[in-house]
Amino acid sequence: MSEVSGERSGVGRDQGGQASTVPKTSALGMKIEDLSAYYGSFKAVTNVSLEIQPNRVTALIGPSGCGKSTFIRCLNRMHEVIPTAYAEGCVKLGDQDIYAKDTDPVTIRRRIGMVFQKPNPFSKSIYENVAWGARINGYKGDMDELVERSLKRAALWDEVKDKLKKSGLDLSGGQQQRLVIARTLAVEPEVILMDEPASALDPVSTQKIEDTMQELKERYTVVIVTHNMQQAARISDYTGFFYIENMGDPGRLWEFDETTKIFSSPSRKETEDYVTGRFG
Amino acid sequence: MATKSGAPARQKGGPEGGGPVFRSSMSARHTLDWVFTALVFAATMIGLVVLAVLLVDVARDGLPRLSWEFITNFSSSTPERTGIYPALLGSLWLLGLTAVVSVPLGVGAAIYLEEYARDNWLTRLIEVNISNLAGVPSIIYGLLGLGIFVNLLGSVTGGQSLISGALTLSLLILPVIIIATREAFRTIPNAVREGGYALGATRWEVIRSHLLPMALPGALTGTILALSRAIGETAPLIVVGAATYITFAPEGPQSSYSALPIQIYNWVSQPQEGFQVAAAAGIVVLMLVLLLTNSVAIALRNRYQRRG
Repeated sequence: MSEVSGERSGVGRDQGGQASTVPKTSALGMKIEDLSAYYGSFKAVTNVSLEIQPNRVTALIGPSGCGKSTFIRCLNRMHEVIPTAYAEGCVKLGDQDIYAKDTDPVTIRRRIGMVFQKPNPFSKSIYENVAWGARINGYKGDMDELVERSLKRAALWDEVKDKLKKSGLDLSGGQQQRLVIARTLAVEPEVILMDEPASALDPVSTQKIEDTMQELKERYTVVIVTHNMQQAARISDYTGFFYIENMGDPGRLWEFDETTKIFSSPSRKETEDYVTGRFG
Repeated sequence: MATKSGAPARQKGGPEGGGPVFRSSMSARHTLDWVFTALVFAATMIGLVVLAVLLVDVARDGLPRLSWEFITNFSSSTPERTGIYPALLGSLWLLGLTAVVSVPLGVGAAIYLEEYARDNWLTRLIEVNISNLAGVPSIIYGLLGLGIFVNLLGSVTGGQSLISGALTLSLLILPVIIIATREAFRTIPNAVREGGYALGATRWEVIRSHLLPMALPGALTGTILALSRAIGETAPLIVVGAATYITFAPEGPQSSYSALPIQIYNWVSQPQEGFQVAAAAGIVVLMLVLLLTNSVAIALRNRYQRRG
């Protein structure tokens, strides 16, 4: 199934502007095998293997400092942007090994987008925030249309359509985060990684981001790191629990399953303790 | 909990909970605050007043002498006929050439050090050396310029020429430009870079579209200060052979030249009273040039800040 969807989205990408007239509906999944992540000599995450299902929301939960954010940054090669940081193991997007020697991390990051914990719009106009990524990646279609479509998918269009020339930094925190989602959507990724996207936002904005996510999985594969277990339970189809058994050890993927299973009958005791709020 | 003991109530500092915990004289604290305000205000004023006195003094001597003839005349041995034209043009040439040489080099080096270079011992060695170079006396740069640009590369630069002077001044201000520009890049949050990378941008695309516009105001401020310093420098220019008496305006980078501070220095060292007045008028011209270039640069900076 993933091979078929890979071909279809591949066609949409090659024709650039036509991706809009024939909307992409199925995205690629990811497969992670034996991934370990380091900061210099410090091992932050060890031996993580899991499969991320296409067009589903996968949540990663766990106590602070157990490597969730580090792990998710390995999925689009953002981890290695930090000096001395590197990762070992195999990460596949569809059938492509994103850590292969001949794989360009710049290409990978367009195909696997990322939304960060703190909203980080560029200090440019709202329009430019969305258009910039598409432009540098050689988008040849109608830019106005792409900006409008991306902002609509991020549920921001109605709030900003009359002030597209205003700076993205003038928006509220929740709007900024949706602007960042819109600019990520504008480069037509397969997968969207979100690193605690709502942790800096108020409840109303969080609600809007969560609603957006439900719509996003129609077209994209979504992976989200969250500290909020209710959020994970509400929005995700699959959940991975990260845990560190002893202080100083690297983080591990302790349990991975369907979200309903993790929250109703997890197979490991630590998972149960965590999701029932007994620690963390 | 509160009924169990008096401890929580005492922590709140209530009068009923066993005496006040916060004991201080508010009037003493406010007096101290006021004294400090007065001190820093005085510090500001002393600087400003001394500067104002200097300016008024120079203006009183020089302004009456200032005329269109003074600006368009060449030097003359008669104090009443002498003018500043070649020196003014020389300084403007120096300013332009120095900016053209030092800004791309300085900003480029800063971008490399801040955005590309890995943090290893070599980079740190370069950093320390750049900071030290910013503190080297300008006469040393003059001697370096004499050795390299005037003598060694004389066939290219034309010896004691404008370009030799400009290259020497560039060396002098490069460290300042590099340091200021690096500082401007360093204050940009990493989130901006990561936001760019996460969209599939290369390093250069992120630098050009986001970092450079954001760093520009800070970098420009440093560059303005550095160029102002360059245009007021005398010592290195004397060493690399700026002429004190010249009867033609510079025609190109290889032309020999004079400069405003050199001309002023020359007039000041003359015995006749008339030349002292000319020197004061020359200082006014130099100040005006500085003011003009600074305001152009500030206007540029504000334009970019608004766009950002």
